[in-house]
Order: sequence, then structure tokens, then C-alpha cells
Amino acid sequence: MSNLEETARSLFKEEKVNLIIGFEEGSRHPRPFFCTSTDDIPKLILDKRCHNNTAVYLTKKDLLGTGLVGIVATLRVLKSALQLSLENQINEGQFIFIAGEDASDVQVLKDKASIQSYVDAHPEIPDSKVEERLHHIESMSREDRWAFWKNELSKCIRCYACRAACPLCYCERCVAEVNCPQWIDPWAAPLSNMEWQVNRAMHMAGRCTGCGACYEACPLDLPINLLTKELSSEISEDFGKGISGNVLSSFNPADKENFFK
Amino acid sequence: MKDMENKDNNFEPRIVAFVCNWCTYAGADLAGTSRIKYAPNVRIVRFPCTGRIDFMLLLKAFGSGADGIIVSGCHPNDCHYTSGNFHARRRWIVFRNLLDFLGIDVNRITFSWVSAAEGAKWADIVNETVDKIRKLGPYTEYRRAKDYTEEAKQYE
Amino acid sequence: MKRYIIEKSKVNEWLKQIIKSTERVLAPVKDGEKVYFRPITSPQETDYDSVTTTESAKETVFPRTETLFRFKTEGKDTTLSEVSAESYPQTVLWRARPCDAVGFLPLDAIFNWDYKDNIYNLRRAKLTIVSFSCNTSDSCCFCTSVGGGPGNTEGTDILVTLLNDERALAEVVTEKGEKLISLCPTLFKAVESDEGKSSALAKIPSRFTSEQVQEHLKNAFDSSIWKQQSARCIGCGACAFVCPTCACFDIQDDKCGRDGKRIRCWDSCGFSLFTKHTSGYNPRPEQSMRWRQRLLHKFSYMPDRIKVLGCTGCGRCSRACPVDMNIAEHLYSIANYNHEK
Repeated sequence: MSNLEETARSLFKEEKVNLIIGFEEGSRHPRPFFCTSTDDIPKLILDKRCHNNTAVYLTKKDLLGTGLVGIVATLRVLKSALQLSLENQINEGQFIFIAGEDASDVQVLKDKASIQSYVDAHPEIPDSKVEERLHHIESMSREDRWAFWKNELSKCIRCYACRAACPLCYCERCVAEVNCPQWIDPWAAPLSNMEWQVNRAMHMAGRCTGCGACYEACPLDLPINLLTKELSSEISEDFGKGISGNVLSSFNPADKENFFK
Repeated sequence: MKDMENKDNNFEPRIVAFVCNWCTYAGADLAGTSRIKYAPNVRIVRFPCTGRIDFMLLLKAFGSGADGIIVSGCHPNDCHYTSGNFHARRRWIVFRNLLDFLGIDVNRITFSWVSAAEGAKWADIVNETVDKIRKLGPYTEYRRAKDYTEEAKQYE
Repeated sequence: MKRYIIEKSKVNEWLKQIIKSTERVLAPVKDGEKVYFRPITSPQETDYDSVTTTESAKETVFPRTETLFRFKTEGKDTTLSEVSAESYPQTVLWRARPCDAVGFLPLDAIFNWDYKDNIYNLRRAKLTIVSFSCNTSDSCCFCTSVGGGPGNTEGTDILVTLLNDERALAEVVTEKGEKLISLCPTLFKAVESDEGKSSALAKIPSRFTSEQVQEHLKNAFDSSIWKQQSARCIGCGACAFVCPTCACFDIQDDKCGRDGKRIRCWDSCGFSLFTKHTSGYNPRPEQSMRWRQRLLHKFSYMPDRIKVLGCTGCGRCSRACPVDMNIAEHLYSIANYNHEK
């Protein structure tokens, strides 16, 4: 148990870290910060306003440089890191995690097992606003649900901020950028926006950690985290938590459904 | 896309069927050689296995004018490629939940296991689906979302 | 420029007349926490509280998706059909901001630079802008640092300033604007002076000048500042798409079989594949290069080549950015940085 500043200093000095990815004060709220020297350590902050999921930088190889990298990790960052590790996108020993929710109380986690124990010891508190919105949509009639999503997705400008902010969207060439075949029309229109979100949700099936970065990144506040959240809860109901491998790349002969004739 | 509606509102559904080659397609063949009559509204697309059917194909079918869809393949444990239909089953369980949440009419999609010996079952599946879609009407609600706000209304 | 006074209480009557005689009137409309330019059918739908809208007004002349032409193929023959001019609606943009109006100038320059874009010009000719001076601003605004201001009349057809009493000042810059005044001639009284307009404007101190930035950018291509500033950028298109002056686009075909439409849609230089060649080579493979391109394009290349600055200081990019790439902050650093380091 120590504070962020001391921990950061010792990482630079003892562990020979070249870079610590953390948070600093921004114009109106905290923002990600790349701390490359001990002079910048006082800028590092950590409190409950630090929402950005900085795990998105863990797969950006040209930002990380060579050598050990430290990362100030809130719970959502750790969960994303665990999923990234499951998918072989990051390796044990590549990063040192400074885990905590407040700068006064952080701990250093270096290996997968200790990160998993930390995450297990801090169960997620469901966000009541998200749950409420989800139930509201679930209780609508089919026609109303279609009207709701068509209205929301007609606003989408296809900036792909949702994709860019998600730590698990790390494909170097996204399906939306493939034009042979062009599965997803690249222009902004209600149906093509819906096709894009369907693809995003399906590609996140069973992988989404529920951090809400997609929603927070969206410049138009479209509630797209509800799509991935809905799928996540349906998947845990249908297939159980903790299945080995990702839900769509594995199978179980005992899977149950009630709609095949 | 013209809906096949005439003044009596006697619309003929357009159904696209995504089927696997080894079971359902063979079953459909059997229905033909057995001279079983069934509704002509279905256009069959043949895949080597249901595991190959991308979920986007269903959305593309609706977007291009289909009013209903059939997805059919080998019974579990009978897949020609051993586990393709298990992957497919998982995919459809997840996908169907997503479609329902978005308000897309999942009643318009029939999923079935039809083996190569079940020609009669294939005919029944098609007939039931066509009847159901005839009652539901054309799926114009979906295609209307294709328009972008600045779609030209007049051309020279 | 002609000046008129109208009673604040009569402005809605004027707007009602405008709505009656115009095909489409776009005004800021609240949607949750966001504000968008949407078609209105009654004056009450307008939101006057927001500093500015979430998205810019460039959609009036450069929509996110538009048809360029239609093609039909029969046998060996292909017929092309142009979009007819009647398709483009006569539009009044109501309660835009001075930073929205001035944003049309770089767009005019880009779409008439070497090729005169007929479709853009048709839409532009049918657009009349009524901007309202700003009496409030927020921390992302920086119009005064790029040659603009809360009471700027550049680019607009009419600028309305809500004065500190019950009156409003309407400064008419163009004939298009004069046409709108003539819809309700009895509501307007011609005046000579600006009736103390500056006391009704927001105070926005300038943080730097565009000349300072341009000077510093001249030898900044290899500077280390680009990597520093862009480290947190996640490479989405939010800044480019909400910006009033960003005009990069992609051309695609929306087809069914062999018939369809050729479409123009928005694109962003921030996307990693924006400059990827079919050979596989990408001249801007790193985000720092793309960030540099964004700033150099707006503050160096555009002023040099088409004599217009590519930024209006509206601050939308900073508000929309998921990681707070506050452009005013970055520009201030550039203007005060030793790039030789």
C-alpha cells in the first residue's frame, strides 16, 4: 500500500521503466497521460473521475517503445488487460500494473495470477443507470425497439470513436475497412450504421468487459454500450461465465436453444 | 425494390434459404425427386456447412428485399464436418438475441435441422414459413432504414 | 452592410414568416444533452441556451452521405442521371454562430479550388445563414485566437445580436440576407450605428494568434512535439466529422446488381488507413504523423495554397474528443515551443 507518486518514482528508478501510462488533469476532466520522465511524475493523478480505459494503448506497439512499461490501472483497465492476455495480445512481464482507484492507495501487480485475484477481490458494482436503460428497452414492444434504435443510429456519423476507444478492438484492418467484399457500407445511413453496430457487438460477443468506453467516447452519446452489455448478459445466461476460449470460437454439444425446428 | 403487393393486398413473400449442402440441400433435392409440392417463394443458397453462414448474410438478405429467411443444416452430431453446426448453433443463439434487442423481427427467420432423408420436413418448413410471412407482410420497415437523409429525390 | 433594429419579442414572428416561405429551416434543437441543427416547423423548437451545436453546419452544403449521380446498366449500355437541382432544398440556417458562418469560407475555397464542385455550389447558393452573436462562451472556444470573434460578420448573410435591452440588432451583409428582412419589413427599423453591440458580446481573450502558429509551423515538420501531443490520440474521426471546415471525403458505390448510385461520404485524415496505398505502403503509418498532418493542413498548407485558414476556433473538436485533445492547448504549445530541440 503506497501512493501513486512514490510507486511511479520507484518504477522509474528500480524497475527501469521508460514510460508510465496514466492520467493527468485535462480541460474539463482527467485524460490519458504518457509519463516519460521523472519530472512529469507530479502530473499523474488517480481518482474516481479517471474513466478512460487506457488498456487501449497496450496494443499500440509504436507508442510503447522497447523496455518495460508501467500503467496506472483502474479496475476496468485490469479487466481489459486480462482479456487481452487471454487473446495473446499482451504477454506477462511486458507491463507493470499500478492498480488502484485512488492515488493514495495503489499496489504493484506484475503477473496474471495477481491481477486475476485483484479483479476477483473487487467485484463490479452494476451501474444502475445502465441497468435501468437496458430494462426500459427490453420492456418495449418490438416496433418501439426498432424505432428507438433506428432513431439513435440515424444520428451516428461513423467516426468509429467507439471502435478506437475499445481496448479489444485491436484489428489492424477492421471489417468495416475491407472492401472485397464490402460487408458494411462505409457511409453514414441508419441501416448501414446499424449493420456496423451489429458487427461490432457480434465481434465483442463474450469478450466485452463492460467498461463503457464505447459510450463515453461517442461524441453524440449514442447508447451503444447497451448493445454489448445486453449480449454479455445473454451470453452469461446461455453459456455460463468462465467458458474456456471465446464464446463464438468454441462450442459445446450440450448447448441449449428453443427456436430450432 | 418493388414489393409484390397488388391492390388486393395479396402479397407473395420472398424467402431466402441459407442451407448446408450435405443435409438440407440434399433433403430439398429429395423433396423434388419425390414430387412433393411446396411453395415456390424460396430461393435457396447452398453452403458447404451451416458453420460457414455469416450472420451478416441474413441482414444483407433483409436489406436486399427478402421478407423472410430460412437457415437450415444437419442435425447436431450429424455434421459432415463434425462440428460446423455446433459453431453455427452458438452463433445463432447469440445473434438472435442481438436482433431481438434491436427490434428486428426474429419471427421472420426460421432455423431448422433438416437431414438428407427429410424431404417432407423441408417442404413443411418452407410452407409454414411462407404462410407465416404472408401473414406478417412485406418487411419494408427494415428497408426503409436504408435511406440516407440526403438521398436524391429527383434525377435528371 | 445595412443595420436594422428589431424588438426581441418580434423575432419569433419573423422566424415564423421565414419558416412559411422557406423549404427548410434548420435551427439548433436539443436532443438529450446534445444540440443538433434540425429542421423546425415552429419557432419554439429552437434552443437558444447552448453555446453552440454538437455538430457543425457543414451538412447543409456537404452532407455526411450524398448521391453524386445514379447509374443504370442494360446490356452494354449504361445511363447516368444527375441529381436534379430541385432536389436541393432552399435552406435557412437559423441561429448559427459566427464561427459556423466563417467556416463556410474554407469550404467555398476547397470546393472551388481547381475543380468547381457543382453540387456543393448548388447547395451553397440555396443556403441563407442567419447567425447570432455569442453572449456566452466556454473553455473550448478560441475564435479570437484565429482571427474571429463573438460578433464576427464574415461568411454570414445576417448577424443578429441580442442587445442588453429589449432590442436586437440585425446586420445584413448580403442580398440573400436582405431578402429575409423583406419578408417582414414592418418589424425592422434601419439604424446607422451598431447600437452598442460590443457590450452584448462574450469576452473571449485570445490565447495566441494564427500568425504566431503559422510562423512556428514553418520549421516544425521534424519537431518532437508531434509525438508528444499525439500520444493519447486514439485515431477516430470525431474531430474531423464535427469540424465546420474539414472536407475530406470518400467516394463509394451503393449498388444492387449493376445499377446504383455513386455516393460521397465523410472521411478523416486521422484514420490509420486514410493514406494507405494499394501497394500496401502508408506514408503516414504513425498517429503522430497524422496529427501533424491535421495541424499543418489547417494552419499552414491551407493558408499558403488557398489563402484561407482551416480553423474557426469553434472548439467542437475539443468537446467531441474522447481523450481531450484540446486543440487550443496544442496550438498554444506549438506557438511557444522551441522546435529545434
